[in-house]
Amino acid sequence: MYVAVKGGEAAIENAHRLLAADRRGDPSVPELSVAQIREQMSGAVDRVMTEGSLYDPDLAALALKQARGDQVEAIFLLRAYRTTLPRLAVSAPIETSRMSVHRRISSAFKDVPGGQLLGPTFDYTHRLLDFALLAQAGPMASPAVAGEASRRDLPQVMDLLQAEGLIAVETATKSAAPFDLTREPLTFPAARDARLQNLARADEGFLLALGYSTQRGYGRNHPFVGEIRSGTVSVEITPPELGFAIDIADILVTECQMVNQFAGSKTEKPTFTRGYGLAFGMAERKAMAMALVDRSLRAEELGEDVTAPAQDIEFVLSHSDNVEASGFVQHLKLPHHVDFQAELHLVRRMRAEVGATTAEPVIAEAAQ
Amino acid sequence: MTALLDGYNFAFLDEQTKRMIRRALLKAVAIPGYQVPFGSREMPLPYGWGTGGIQVTAAVIGLDDTLKVIDQGADDTTNAVSIRRFFQRMTGVRTTVKTREATLIQTRHRVPETPLREGQILIYQVPIPEPLRWLEPRETETRKMHALSEYGAMHVKLYEDISRHGQVSTAYDYPVLVNGRYLMRSSPIPKFDTPKIHMCAALQLFGAGREKRIFAVPPYTDVRPLDFEDHPFSVESWPTSCALCGSADSFLDEIVLDDQGGRMFVCSDTDYCADRRAAGHAGPATTPAEVTT
Repeated sequence: MYVAVKGGEAAIENAHRLLAADRRGDPSVPELSVAQIREQMSGAVDRVMTEGSLYDPDLAALALKQARGDQVEAIFLLRAYRTTLPRLAVSAPIETSRMSVHRRISSAFKDVPGGQLLGPTFDYTHRLLDFALLAQAGPMASPAVAGEASRRDLPQVMDLLQAEGLIAVETATKSAAPFDLTREPLTFPAARDARLQNLARADEGFLLALGYSTQRGYGRNHPFVGEIRSGTVSVEITPPELGFAIDIADILVTECQMVNQFAGSKTEKPTFTRGYGLAFGMAERKAMAMALVDRSLRAEELGEDVTAPAQDIEFVLSHSDNVEASGFVQHLKLPHHVDFQAELHLVRRMRAEVGATTAEPVIAEAAQ
Repeated sequence: MTALLDGYNFAFLDEQTKRMIRRALLKAVAIPGYQVPFGSREMPLPYGWGTGGIQVTAAVIGLDDTLKVIDQGADDTTNAVSIRRFFQRMTGVRTTVKTREATLIQTRHRVPETPLREGQILIYQVPIPEPLRWLEPRETETRKMHALSEYGAMHVKLYEDISRHGQVSTAYDYPVLVNGRYLMRSSPIPKFDTPKIHMCAALQLFGAGREKRIFAVPPYTDVRPLDFEDHPFSVESWPTSCALCGSADSFLDEIVLDDQGGRMFVCSDTDYCADRRAAGHAGPATTPAEVTT
């Protein structure tokens, strides 16, 4: 005798207890603290802050702990929290020219004013597992750090090109306020402010693959790394009752400016064009991928043929968000038996009609 | 009863956001079937799991409401349980499984069998709001097609179905024309439920969170499935009746009993089925005494 399935609530609660036990792992191993994650898993924290669009290393570390290291799940947790926050003020644009840099390189010039500064990077590490880390490593050799004065106010490589008129000048839109992706629905055609916001919180893997595809010829745009810089910038707001700017925070960001193939014609002087990427933390893979895709999405406005996926604004922006994508892909786990029943019904009826008009179905084909 | 969660606004969303959603709803009601873009928020439940319906419910729910949540017609499917619990924690409003008692019904994939009455609101969770999406993936194009009432592509699709299969091969999410103007996707509900949208006494609201669209069918609005004179629209029927309550005119779920081809069919609408059994109806697989819960 069939009895209808009941008791969903108890099952859900127990599933969540199982998840909590799974997250904790072997209780004989000490529990991770949020501070440990924040300090020692900074790459993961940076990604969660960037794609979660909330600069808060503690909450990002908490989200990672709660999601047992699942990044997309942690990003979702942070987003769902972020959406409940009131908007107290809008900051002035951050001034990356005044960044206190931790790292700064240009691949377009051998040397640039202020110098190339490698900083903390995986570049040139040999990817050999360091078994010394298996045992809790002992004291480290302390790194030499360039003096604060030599790391401040380094001129932007792009500004040097711009001074010579070699790169197209980026001007702010005339409208009062930029588009706000978190408050307004994305509509098409999407202007660059909306596009950059979307790319900034887009899934890193998705952008990486799209950026890579442009390098392999699907919408090639001849990129050079004009400059990558990572470091701290101050965030300033101007409260109306004060009338002057105050510094409310220092945040760590990575900026990538790509110099790309020129636009121009017989009558118009050719200039290089720019692709722009910005991410929270030390996140240059993300910033570089973003800059490549930003540039490829400018194809239409720069009069280039739109032929590749990475140049297709609607395609890229509609599928870049991993909170949206993860939810919709995984919603297939929800019961669909009503729609499936409707489909079964239809297929059975169509098969019956075909069976009525033709002879016995041919089964022998399978043997071939 | 689940305890109310501290630290959150009534129904989770802040009042400004609710107001923004209610404005979109008013526009949707004023232009039946038209998809209104709205500033959909990230919710603590995943996109694709009912965030559109949840935001619409959150924007219209009040303390004196009685909420019913169903998924696949049933109140006890896991996601329905989860969404009902969310609103219990966030609002403390009364919930029910009784279609007749509810003032708000949030649903996924079904319209209740019990006819709705004036004053009730049926809120659909919508995954893809655009009826033309499988024919034209670009939003810029489909918006143009709606603006011009350019729905020929859908008629061609239905025609091609008929010429290939002898019938329209759309079993759910059947395209309908609302108020003689806008082509609308029916949420997705099975074809069986499509006629219930037409001239319904209740207000029907549709929320697509991930796609950031809201649309509506006001009470007593003309909603017609697309069809042809020589191939009129028709709905599913089953060779059997509900094994539990004997209903011959409700949508039936197919329950696989064993791996020997054993099947049984029961009402998808659990409240409707329970009501009928309480009224003394019985199906072939049971006697009334066996099913009391």
